[in-house]
Amino acid sequence: MDFSITAVELGKKIKAGEISVVEATTAYLDAMEAREKDINAFVTIDREGALARAEEVQKGIDEGKYTGPLAGVPVAIKDNMCVEGMLTTCSSKILSNFVPTYTATAVQKLIDAGAVIVGKANMDEFAMGSTTETSFYGETKNPWDLDRVPGGSSGGSAAAVAAEEVPFALGSDTGGSIRQPAGFCGVVGIKPTYGRVSRYGLIAYGSSLDQIGPLAKDVTDCATILEAICGKDDKDSTSVKEAGDDFTAALVDDVKGLKIGIPKDYLGEGLDPEVKESVLAAAKALEAKGAIVEEFDLSLVEYAIPAYYIIASAEASSNLERFDGVKYGYRTEEFSDLHNMYKKTRSEGFGPEVKRRIMLGSFVLSSGYFDAYYMKALRTKALIKKAFDKAFEKYDVILGPVAPTTALKLGESLSDPIKMYLGDIYTVSVNLAGLPGISLPCGYDKNGLPIGLQLLGKHFDEKTIIRAAYAFEQTSEYKRPAYAVERGE
Amino acid sequence: MAKAYETVIGLEVHVELATKTKIFCGCSTAFGGAPNTHTCPVCTGMPGSLPVLNKEVVNKAIAVGLATNCTITQNCKFDRKNYFYPDNPQNYQISQLYYPICRNGKVEIEVEGKKKWIGIHEIHMEEDAGKLIHDPYTDSSLVDFNRSGVPLIEIVSEPDMRSAEEVIAYLDKLRMTIQYLGASDCKLNEGSMRADVNLSIREVGAEEFGTRTEMKNLNSFKAIARAIENERERQIDILEAGEKVVQETRRWDDTKEYSYAMRSKEDAQDYRYFPDPDLVPIIISDEWLDDIRAKQPEFREEKKARYQEEYGLPEYDADILTGTKKLADIFEETIALDANPKKVSNWLMVETMRILKEKEMDADDITFSAKNLAKLIKLTDSQAINSTVAKEVFEKIFEDDIDPESYVEEKGLKTVNDEGALRSTIEQVIADNPQSVEDYRNGKEKAIGFLVGQTMKAMKGKANPGMVNQILKELL
Repeated sequence: MDFSITAVELGKKIKAGEISVVEATTAYLDAMEAREKDINAFVTIDREGALARAEEVQKGIDEGKYTGPLAGVPVAIKDNMCVEGMLTTCSSKILSNFVPTYTATAVQKLIDAGAVIVGKANMDEFAMGSTTETSFYGETKNPWDLDRVPGGSSGGSAAAVAAEEVPFALGSDTGGSIRQPAGFCGVVGIKPTYGRVSRYGLIAYGSSLDQIGPLAKDVTDCATILEAICGKDDKDSTSVKEAGDDFTAALVDDVKGLKIGIPKDYLGEGLDPEVKESVLAAAKALEAKGAIVEEFDLSLVEYAIPAYYIIASAEASSNLERFDGVKYGYRTEEFSDLHNMYKKTRSEGFGPEVKRRIMLGSFVLSSGYFDAYYMKALRTKALIKKAFDKAFEKYDVILGPVAPTTALKLGESLSDPIKMYLGDIYTVSVNLAGLPGISLPCGYDKNGLPIGLQLLGKHFDEKTIIRAAYAFEQTSEYKRPAYAVERGE
Repeated sequence: MAKAYETVIGLEVHVELATKTKIFCGCSTAFGGAPNTHTCPVCTGMPGSLPVLNKEVVNKAIAVGLATNCTITQNCKFDRKNYFYPDNPQNYQISQLYYPICRNGKVEIEVEGKKKWIGIHEIHMEEDAGKLIHDPYTDSSLVDFNRSGVPLIEIVSEPDMRSAEEVIAYLDKLRMTIQYLGASDCKLNEGSMRADVNLSIREVGAEEFGTRTEMKNLNSFKAIARAIENERERQIDILEAGEKVVQETRRWDDTKEYSYAMRSKEDAQDYRYFPDPDLVPIIISDEWLDDIRAKQPEFREEKKARYQEEYGLPEYDADILTGTKKLADIFEETIALDANPKKVSNWLMVETMRILKEKEMDADDITFSAKNLAKLIKLTDSQAINSTVAKEVFEKIFEDDIDPESYVEEKGLKTVNDEGALRSTIEQVIADNPQSVEDYRNGKEKAIGFLVGQTMKAMKGKANPGMVNQILKELL
């Protein structure tokens, strides 16, 4: 089977009867089995369940129940989304035995569209990290270079797509966790506007920032998947019904007159020259197609990282309180009393990065520090949103890099968390402002590693960035990592 | 005691709102039920679950706020109160700190004829916790989350009360108001109303408040009164000994009439309150407020005045009848079935009150229906049964809410109006009691009472007493 095809292409073949759902699912499951020892993109692979489901979906397709573009297409779900009856760990020891009794809304929508869940993708523990190295289940490797990280926290989802273990995956993005691994792995990822996709069943990290989104090989796939998972959900008060959710209608190669701004702040110190060159070349390509491109001062960029880490950690410190050994998940073996049980369970169950953020978050919320840190961060967040609103009065799209560098070597950033945090500089402000962003490959560095381009849009205007990304995509060929090419049929 | 002291009291009152479903999910709030049967991922704090606000909770909170003269916060929010405890499934409680739904209210109380306003600092909405059950056999604790997520409001008063009597009057006023609104049944013994007492002592005339303690576990009005008296004395003793009152939370043990310290201010937890990012702000429009205002019911004071005016009831009766919503409801429902208001009032004021007292029950525990009381009154009006029988039948109505018509029929309790039958019975009574007959004829009017009694006894209480009297006099 040809693993280079996209999710939508596979869906078409299945619909046309060129390949059955069971055949496709088996092929991907076999690929996963062969590649996982190198990549480790999955925490759980559900071979049995997937094959049973594949048969059911095939029947559904034959009976006309499933008619959508994703019917019969295998998918990987990031391990922080609940799937009924399927181990859901957040890549943490503390949830190493947690099997949800219900399914996340976004996942349910994929199931309703006929997708076949083949497994749960590895991630940074509780989505805290930018490398997928903080996982309790071991690091995921970048298919472009097995000595390098895939990015994170949705590193398992991105690597699984790049390594062609699945045609597409769901990830979640709190500070860049879809866009940055997409960039590091040379695939496409969308972080939708906050509220576009239901968070029900997504195990929360930073509730006011978290969004679920697609990772796939191209813009068409991502637009198609987003169309399937978006919408107002009665179980999530922060989800909304907004117009402009016919994302596939934006798949047109036309950027004439589109106003694109490049924040000068995103091109300064710390940005790898090769990344800068590629990103500017992408802007030139769009300009050549009729877009109007100019640089501008966004301002406040240096405040985004501290504001983000304060808000996300504060929310996380509270969100993660429920993991206490009482109701579900890991519980320490021996304890003397209730408080000792709490302490030991949480000390043993959480990894160092999660503990660091729980401590940071608890500190900034504690009395006496709340105003100086948390409230100030909220005010900063409001100012950042304002700066974007101002920019979007002038521009339709904001263009920049996804990350300052290409994929780092394994172990390089673990020893220096601040350095890892600073790598989020171009992605976190999008979450603070609640905006949509798309990440897609725009070139390769001298080591052959993919470089990510990021396009940001106005609230609920995913369509414009999808159109710009689609137009850019037409100027370049999708490149498969040598790893996938060698192992593909 | 050389110095004169003043007691300063403020109350934190938790009230369970009577909504059908929980505050943040669709689970039932029904009491009882096997453990963990009224639960879902939301109210058991499952990973990934999200709260969605039940609008009815807001409606009821606003109604209480309006009835207690509060300002409604038209843009209010929920906050998280973080603390670890196994009955708290998320280890944070969703509550309101920064923007509570109601502020700056007041209610008027009356103690020994003196009226006084008690200020309400705020009313906020929050979720209840689950229940811990200790299993002595396995020496382990189990959690029942059926109560987890049941909606509560917390009504925080200003420190405006000065005595146990004022506290009871304030609680009674709140309870009545909330019961009339149908927002809660406010039962202290069942926990649907809970009061924590903040109390401090200062010398009469002092401007500054003393150091206060907070008293918990008060399950009845009597316990509250006892705890206040006890705590007042405890604090005065401390001050008289030249020592300082420690700011702390204390727990009242009503059987021992004693309180002990639970935790001091130094151990007080930092709840790390912050706005809950899972819930959007609640915007309460003027129209929403107007709508609730228009639906506010007739409150006690208004009812009391109307009962006196419309039905000519004495103030005392009107006061008792409106003293619980339950009594007022039965009164009005029975009248609506064409029963005479004074007769209805009599049954409630005399027989109902007597049985309640006998059985040590509250009016809220009444289960009989207005329909059967109305039927009973009709039976007496038509003289189908006499008053002695009526009282007996009423006891059955009170206990089992029986239908008096069929009961009277089945048991053959109808008054005997058959003159022939009465006449022959009375003739027999006269023949059997020559001494009484003699006494009567010698001018002892009282003796006839004995003869009436004997006749009634012979007729098993079913005789028409008017007719008995008349026939007796005639025969004598």
